[in-house]
Parts: sequence; C-alpha cells; structure tokens
Amino acid sequence: MKFLLLRQIGEIARRSVVRTMRQPASVIAPLTFPLMLMAVNSNGLRSATHLPGFPTKHFLDFFLPFAFMQGALFAAATAGTDLARDVDTGFLNRLALTPMRGAALLLGQLGGAVAMGAIQAVVYLTVGLSFGVHFKSGLPGILLLLLLAVLMCFSWAAIGVWIALRAGSGEAVQSQFPLLFFLLFISSMNLPRNLIEVDWFRDAATANPVSYLIEALRSLVIVGWDIQALLLGFGFSIAISLIALGLAGRELKTRMART
Amino acid sequence: MTTISVALGLAYRQTRLLIKNPALFFPPMLFPLMNFLAFAGGLSRLRHVPGFDYSGGYTAFQFVFVLLQSACFGGVFTGFGIARDFEGGFGRRLLVSAPRRSGIIIGYALGALFRWVSVATLLTIVALLAHMQIGGSGIDLFGVYGLALIANVCGILWAGGIAFRFRTVQAGPLMQTPVFMVLFLAPVYVPLALLDGWIHTVASANPVTFVLAAGRSLLAGQPEDVAAGFGIAMASAVALAVWARLGLRRAEQAG
Repeated sequence: MKFLLLRQIGEIARRSVVRTMRQPASVIAPLTFPLMLMAVNSNGLRSATHLPGFPTKHFLDFFLPFAFMQGALFAAATAGTDLARDVDTGFLNRLALTPMRGAALLLGQLGGAVAMGAIQAVVYLTVGLSFGVHFKSGLPGILLLLLLAVLMCFSWAAIGVWIALRAGSGEAVQSQFPLLFFLLFISSMNLPRNLIEVDWFRDAATANPVSYLIEALRSLVIVGWDIQALLLGFGFSIAISLIALGLAGRELKTRMART
Repeated sequence: MTTISVALGLAYRQTRLLIKNPALFFPPMLFPLMNFLAFAGGLSRLRHVPGFDYSGGYTAFQFVFVLLQSACFGGVFTGFGIARDFEGGFGRRLLVSAPRRSGIIIGYALGALFRWVSVATLLTIVALLAHMQIGGSGIDLFGVYGLALIANVCGILWAGGIAFRFRTVQAGPLMQTPVFMVLFLAPVYVPLALLDGWIHTVASANPVTFVLAAGRSLLAGQPEDVAAGFGIAMASAVALAVWARLGLRRAEQAG
C-alpha cells in the first residue's frame, strides 16, 4: 500500500517536472527576474549599509535571500497554474476515475515546482558567490540554505496548489500573485526589522512569516549559526506546508468527488 | 468617421472592459500601491543616510517614483489589452472598420489614461493619508502630474508598438521588462549622488533619472532641471509615437 502511494507520487511528480521544464516561461522567469531585481536593488540600496546598526558592510550579502524568497513565490505561481490547467482541461476529472490517491496527486503535483526550486536555488547561490557573497556559516551553512530554499519552494508551491484547487482557473491563480508578492514587500526584505522606522510597517513585518523565512536564510550569510532564526525559518516553512496541504486536501476532496 | 470618433469609440470600449473586469483592473492598481507602501514605509530610514539631501521627506521622494511607475505600467497593461484584442480577432475587425487608423492608437491611449488616472487618484489619497509633505505650489503639482501623464503616453506607445508587431499576449514580457528595467535603473531609493559603481553610471545616462529628478524637485517646491525633464519626456513620447505608428502599419500589412 505504502509502495503504491510512493509510485503514484513518483508518476505525478515526473509528469509535473517534465511539464515545468518544457515551458520556457516557467524556467526563464524564475531564473532571471529575481537575479535582475537582486542586481538592481543590491546596488541601488547599497548606501543603506551606512545606517548605524546595519548588520553588514556588503549589501549583497544582506539582500541575497530576497532572490530565494522571490523564487519561492514563482514556485507558487508555477504549481498553481499547472494544477489549474489540469482542472480546466478535465485532467483532474479523468484522474478521479483512476485509483490515484489524493495525497499522491498533491505531493506529486509539487514535484515540478520543487525541482525548479532546487535549480533556481543553485543558480542564485552561484551568482551570489561569484559576486563576492561570503557565508559566515561556511559550507555547511550553504548546504542548509539550499535545503531551506527548497523547503520554502515546497511550502509556497503548496499554497499555489491550494489556490488553484479553490479557484479552478489559471487566471485566478495569476490574479492572486500580487497578493503573495505583497507579503514579500511588507517584510524585512530591504532593511532589518530594528531599522524600520515606520511603526505600522515594522509591526506588519514582525507579524509576517515571510520576514522569518528571509531572516533565517540571511542569518546563514551574515551572522553564522543563529539557532533561533533557523528554528523560526524552518518552523514557519513546515507550518505553511502543513496548513497549505491540509487546505488543499480539503479542496481536492470536493474537486475529485468520486461517485 | 473622424480620427476623434474612432478614438472615442475605442476609449469607451476599453473603459467599459476595465470597469466590468475587476481581474483586469485591480492587480495593476495593487502593484504601485504595494511598491509605495513598501518603499515609503519600509525604507524611510534611508533619509538618514549621510548625503540624502531631498527636502520633501522620504514619502514624497518615493511618491514621485511610484506615480511615474504607475503611469508607465498603466500604459503597458493597456498594451496587453491590445495584444489580447489581436489574438481574439477584434484587432483585425477594428482595422477593417476604422477608416482613420491613427484613431486606434489615440483610443487605446485614452483607455490607458483612464486606467492610470484611477490608480493615480488612489495613490495620491494614500500618500496624503501617509502625511506626504508637499512643498510645491499648485503649478508645481500640475507639473508633477504632467510628467506622469507623458510617462503614461510613453508606456502605451511603447507597449502598443510591441503589441501591434507581435499581436499576441506572449509578447507581454517584451512590453514590461524593458520598462521595468529602465525605471529601476534610475535613482529609486536614494538620490543619484548616493549611488556608486555601475548603477551610478547607468542611472546618470538613464532618461528616467532626469524625469524623476524634475518631478521630485517640483513636489518639494524647489524646481530644478524641469525643462530637461519635460524635454526628455516629450522627446521620448514623440519617438515612441513613431514606433507605435510603424507598429500599427505592420499590423495593417499582416492583415
């Protein structure tokens, strides 16, 4: 039974990976856009390092995690849009006629986004290192950063899948993208929380899980081994994954109602 | 049927489409607002960076950028609509039925203007609620919105030129990525003098830098290089009008 489930997950994951890699838009945009923004913003905001209390003298070290977080948002859009297309085209209905289990579909569907997440994490890291980013946590920290980046892609892709199952159309998934982006903007992505001057913004950033995801990644680069930041980052990633998968599972039951 | 009647008819259709489709209307409205909140709220401490000499406050400093950004993207998003019209066949029917085809460009531009005016209104209300300092007089403010209006025209002419040439929504990244890049390669977060390295070199040569500087100086009530800002904006609009008209000709030839 357990092997059957694993096989089903493998089949759906393989399909998801192949489908993602076959769409140039799903590959090029998540690779180039975060890097472009990183190049522009890390230079445009470099003078922020002159602020008293800024944790590093190299803004790129501080800003690198932004690319990983933005990549995770792209994972949400990719996974969501792909599943919405399956709803649109009737693939999900046809799947309901097979013994495929809901859990296999959900986990497998995230395969493409996670594979893309791994590729983009390696690319962002390579670009960062080649432009002089120095990891205070060394090689183990780099490996942990990659792990957390892929986990973040998984959790945000799960949100994308939930939105797709709830809305049932690619257009609806795309229209939710600005809202996900909003979470990124209202976070500590540009400045440490203690340096954010406006009270409401600092409070919003403190209540925003995205801040903790970014800060966990950032801690590996500029602090070293900050256990609290890492626990919060991994904790929020796992919590988001579980909640999103739970909600998606509930929606899937309705979508794949078997008679 | 005159150019004006073609333009007004098309503008009316574009406006109705927008109002009836919140999914088309709200996301483009959200982006500038998000940027404004994130930049003006999250980065306001940057005004304490040594050498930050803008007298109007950080909210005003960011407001001008976001206003120009919303104007450009109001045009770009209308370009998506043009591409969609050609994909759906409406564009070809429009070419057949409009005797004065320059009215088509003007009509879409009026649609883009309506889209931007609604975003700009909301943005201005949010900025005022955020206690943005306005140092400029009524004429100065007229200048700020005038620059943004020209930016809106530039946005639609650029995106329209692409849409007429490719006639598919898949050309979307080609419409928005260059606009995005040219905007963000200007002094977005701090004044030009505080940029260094390659971004300073690029920003110094970027036309948007001059438009942005003119707008910011007008809002602060200390007009500086306004003629250069308006001149560059107007010259860009004229060049892009030629680009859009040639694009329309390509669409006509494609039939």
